[in-house]
This record gives sequence, C-alpha cells and structure tokens, in this order.
Amino acid sequence: MKFINLLKISLSAIIRNKMRSFLTILGIVIGVAAVIAMLAIGNGSNNSIRETISSMGTNLINIKPSRPVFGAVRQASSSSTVLTVDDVVYLQNNSKLIDAVSPELDGSGQIVYGSNNWPTQFYAGNEDYPYIKKYEVASGRMYTSKEIKKASKVCLIGQTIVENVFGDKDPIGEVIRFKKIPFTVIGTLSEKGDNTFGQDQDDLMLTPYTTIMIRVQRQTHLRAIVLSAKSEDSIEETSAEVTELLRSSHKLGIDEDDDFEIKTQEELISSFSSVSEMMLVLLGSIAAISLVVGGIGIMNIMYVSVTERTREIGLRMAIGGKGKDILRQFLFEAMLLSVFGGIIGVIMGIAASNIVGSILGWPILITTSSILLSFLFCTFIGVFFGWYPARKASALNPIEALRHE
Amino acid sequence: MENKEIISIKELHKHYRVGDETIKALNGIDLTVNKGEFLAIMGTSGSGKSTLLNILGCLDLPTKGDYLLDGINVKSLNRNQLATIRNKKLGFVFQSYNLLPRTTAIENVELPLLYNPSVSNAVRKEKAEQALIAVGLKDRMKHLSNQMSGGQQQRVAIARSMVNDPVVIFADEATGNLDTRTSFEIMALFQELNDKGMTICFVTHESDIAAFTKRNVVFRDGRIIKDTQTKNIVIARESILGLKNEDYILN
Repeated sequence: MKFINLLKISLSAIIRNKMRSFLTILGIVIGVAAVIAMLAIGNGSNNSIRETISSMGTNLINIKPSRPVFGAVRQASSSSTVLTVDDVVYLQNNSKLIDAVSPELDGSGQIVYGSNNWPTQFYAGNEDYPYIKKYEVASGRMYTSKEIKKASKVCLIGQTIVENVFGDKDPIGEVIRFKKIPFTVIGTLSEKGDNTFGQDQDDLMLTPYTTIMIRVQRQTHLRAIVLSAKSEDSIEETSAEVTELLRSSHKLGIDEDDDFEIKTQEELISSFSSVSEMMLVLLGSIAAISLVVGGIGIMNIMYVSVTERTREIGLRMAIGGKGKDILRQFLFEAMLLSVFGGIIGVIMGIAASNIVGSILGWPILITTSSILLSFLFCTFIGVFFGWYPARKASALNPIEALRHE
Repeated sequence: MENKEIISIKELHKHYRVGDETIKALNGIDLTVNKGEFLAIMGTSGSGKSTLLNILGCLDLPTKGDYLLDGINVKSLNRNQLATIRNKKLGFVFQSYNLLPRTTAIENVELPLLYNPSVSNAVRKEKAEQALIAVGLKDRMKHLSNQMSGGQQQRVAIARSMVNDPVVIFADEATGNLDTRTSFEIMALFQELNDKGMTICFVTHESDIAAFTKRNVVFRDGRIIKDTQTKNIVIARESILGLKNEDYILN
C-alpha cells in the first residue's frame, strides 16, 4: 500500500472516532506536558545557578590555603597563614598566563553613619580586584595604587548600603565608621541583584587590602588570592602554572602536599549544580513514568479498538488488505495518536512552564532538546505499545472477523 | 469470450476438525461457472454453501481438490497472494453491508482501490464515482454511510464490490436484511449488472430471490444435489411494479 493511502486510512479512522481518539491521547498529552514542564523547571534552576556563578567571572580562579591539621583536628582554612602578599607579587612577576591577580580579605562588621547603622560584609583587594570579581563602579571612583600603598581609609559601597544607610543622600565624600575606623566613601558599585543562593550581592563594602591588613585585622597573611586567566579556555593551564609557581614560592618539596587549594568557577558550578541536576533527573523520571502510563493507555484503547473493529478488519482483508497492511494501519494509527498527543503536550508543557514561571517566579528554561526528547520518546511509545494490538489485528482470520458480532 | 471459464472446481473437499471429530463440510464438489452467468447457490444452513463461498472468495483454502479462478490455481497461493487475488479479481457483497461507519459513500467505494498500489488517486476517484453512478447513487456520494437507508447502504456495498472490475461478484445473503421491495430493487440492480456481462454468485436460502437468477445450484450435506438453469427468470423491475404501492415507501 502506498504511504499516502496508509496515512489517509489511519487518519480517517482517527477522525471517525474523535472522542475515543481524544481520550486516548490524553495520557500522552499529560505525560509530554509534564516532561516538558519538569525539564523546563529543572533546566531553569540549573541554568540560573550557572549564570550566578558565571556572573562572578568565568575566568576566575580562587586560591585558598589548605585546611591545616593540628594534632588530629582540621582547622578552618582562615586560620592558615601560608598565603601572603609575597605570593601575589611572585605570581605577578613570574606567571605568563595570568591576566590579573589580587589578594583577597573579607569579614563582617557594622557600618555606622550618623544615627544609622548597618551590618555588612567587607571585601578587600588591590586595584585589579573589581576587574577580577566583575564589580563595576557606578559613581565616584576606584581607589588608586597610591591609596593602597598608604593604606588609606577609603571605601566603595554597594547599592544596598547606599539605600539603607544614606537613603536619598549622595554618599560620595561622606565618612562612615567601620570597626571604629572612619572610612571616606569614594565610590559606589553597580547593582548586581540577588544570586540563586539568595545572597544580596550589593550588600558589601570594598576597601584596599592594605587598609584591612594594617588597620582592621592586623595580620600579614591573606584569606585568599583571586586571579583571572586570560581566557576561559586557558583556565586549566593557568591553574596548573599557578600551582607550580606557588609550590616553588612556598618551597615545597616533591613529596610534600600543596598547602593551598585552587578552585576554578567550573568546579564551583559543578559542585552546586549536582544537586539541581539530581533534581532534574528525578523530576524527569517522574514525568517519563507518566508518559509510559499514557502509552499503556494507548495500548488499552488500541486493543479495545481492534476488538471493536473486528468486522472492519475482516472487510479490509476480504477486499484485499494484506496482514501487513492491517498491521501498518493500526501501528500508524497508534503512532499518529501519540504524535498528536505529543504536539498538544508540547504546547501545553510550554504554556504550563511559563505559567509556573510567571506565578511562582521560578527560573524556566525550555530547551529544544527537551522538546525533541519527549517528542521522540512518545513516538517510540506509540510504536512500542501500538505494536501488540496491531499484531493481533493483522493475525485475524478474515472469515471469523467478518462473522464477528 | 462467452464461454470463458471463470470458476472451475474439481473434486473439492473441505474438512474441519472440531475436537476429535472431522466435519466434512464439502464432500467432492464439481462446479464450473462461465463468464456472464448469474448463479444462485442455495441450501439450508449447514449445507456447505457458506464454506463453498469462503473458498470461492479465496478467504479459505480447500482440503483437497483444485479450484481454478480465472485460470489461476488458488491452492498453491499464500495468504498475501490470496489477498492480492481478492483485491484484483473479486468483489464481495455481505448481508450486513459492512460499510465503514461515519465514512462517506465514495470513500467506502474507494476502499478496495486503496489496497492496490498501481491505482492512482485520480483513477481511484473516477472509478468510485462511476460505480456509484452505476448503482444509482449519483446524488449521495458525500453522504455518510450511517445516514443512509439499508437499500442505499447495500447499493454502496455493490458499488464497492464492482469498483475494481472483478471477474466475479460474490453476494452472501445480500438481501437478507432488506424488506421485499428493497430486496427486489437490489436484485434488479444485480440483473442489470449481469446484463452488462458481470458474473455473479449469489448465496441465498430464499427461493423467490433465487428466481431472479439464471442458474440454481442447491446444496445438501456438502454435496450439490441439484444444478438447473432457471426456466422462467423473473424480471425484478416487473416484480416491483406488482407490489402494492401503499405498503412501501419509495426510497
């Protein structure tokens, strides 16, 4: 039989039984819609984690001291004193792959301005620090290398502090007190918003690292060193080179372990997305189960349909339909049903995802691959579950089929 | 041309096994049907006429003996080859019409040609239209099968049986579900087709229906007990006129 005739026969059989066809595809529709929506939600949260981390800079490499062990007790990495400004200088002078490098110190404390006060986080680095960490100056200016050398009491503040401490007042030139030390506000940072983990990325104050080391924390070691590679592709090489340089700077022997840890953004992304990827697989499999149940629905109805249309099958055989024609017709009907269900399901899935996205404010990402995947899957289900009833129909004896009541 | 053998059966046997018992449904049949014949196969139920029709219609194979249809020995054919023979050489009309429900008359008539890949869409449409015109349903081509009367449905079925230009049409109690007037009209249609040269085998147990045919073959217990040419063939058109008009509503 010609394909076009087959299509015609199957299609008219489906149209002839509109209500039944609709009920048959309902399971597939819900299954596909569920798969699309679940994957959209899962992919969306995955993607937003990735974006958050990337917004900190994809070329970013973080060096922290290893957690030192005293006796049998592993200490916090901040208690280690192995990273120093000398390391930063050593890297600056010897690395060929580093784009920019800065010491990093952080901590928390209370800002006091007049009668206002505000608990916040401070970060300190050199003049390249905002560049490495993707901070931008919104107004005022960045501190200079001269101010770093002099450990000047200057700072830049994030928008959350501007709003809560200064209100409508222009903060530039004002003096705030932090840990009893007066800091002159020389600039503000552009807004970055909350990240996926719910942290406010604008609630911070940025100062020269020398100021913190000498005037606030009175220490000579660094909490971390941050640096950026020249490009995303050279991150691996850069971190290898940095490891070598730091080992020689720290005069570590061949059999000694690194006394520092290097973390790239990619590692950070993978450690954070592992949870959401697990969720994605979980959601996806629940949705896939509903798709399989939908497929079983198709099998049931096709099976009933074969029994119900026994006479029709007998007639088709009597007027020259071969077993394989009958098989193809019923298989094709099942496939068409599941493809129709798939199309409607995709539309409903996209709609449902967008509704969820706009009502609950969840990040949604509908990928072509998820649409393609669920579509192929439901076509496969149509063939798989349609085969048995179709086989049964094709094996009917035409004489008995024609006599069937 | 006139004496061309369409059906030739020699020493045909058909046995069924039911449990341990062997039922001899057909017990040595010899039958020859020439082109242009209008044959009534008669007999009570269980006489073997349905079994013979199934074999003649290539739906079943004989246990023993030969059956030549239009010169082809059917015995050696497999399931698919039998389907092709049915598609190209045979037409069927059933007691219960067996039209596809909720499908237009023309689509029902086109159906056999859909299973023949050598027929193009245009030819298929044209042949179906011609067949419907021939059975007097020119105005009802787009009507759905379930919106038609019994007589009209059987006309559609007859159009379907002749759309593939078969060598013979088999009708199985084709008037069994119809009232007298409509039965006569259907028989008139068959007579008309026969006059145009169509070979028809008509299975029935009603002798007044058999009276419209040219030759009566009577079965009993799997054997032919009588094979006669009809002496006074009744013309169906005239019989209709003889019916009391007030009892029936014209379709």
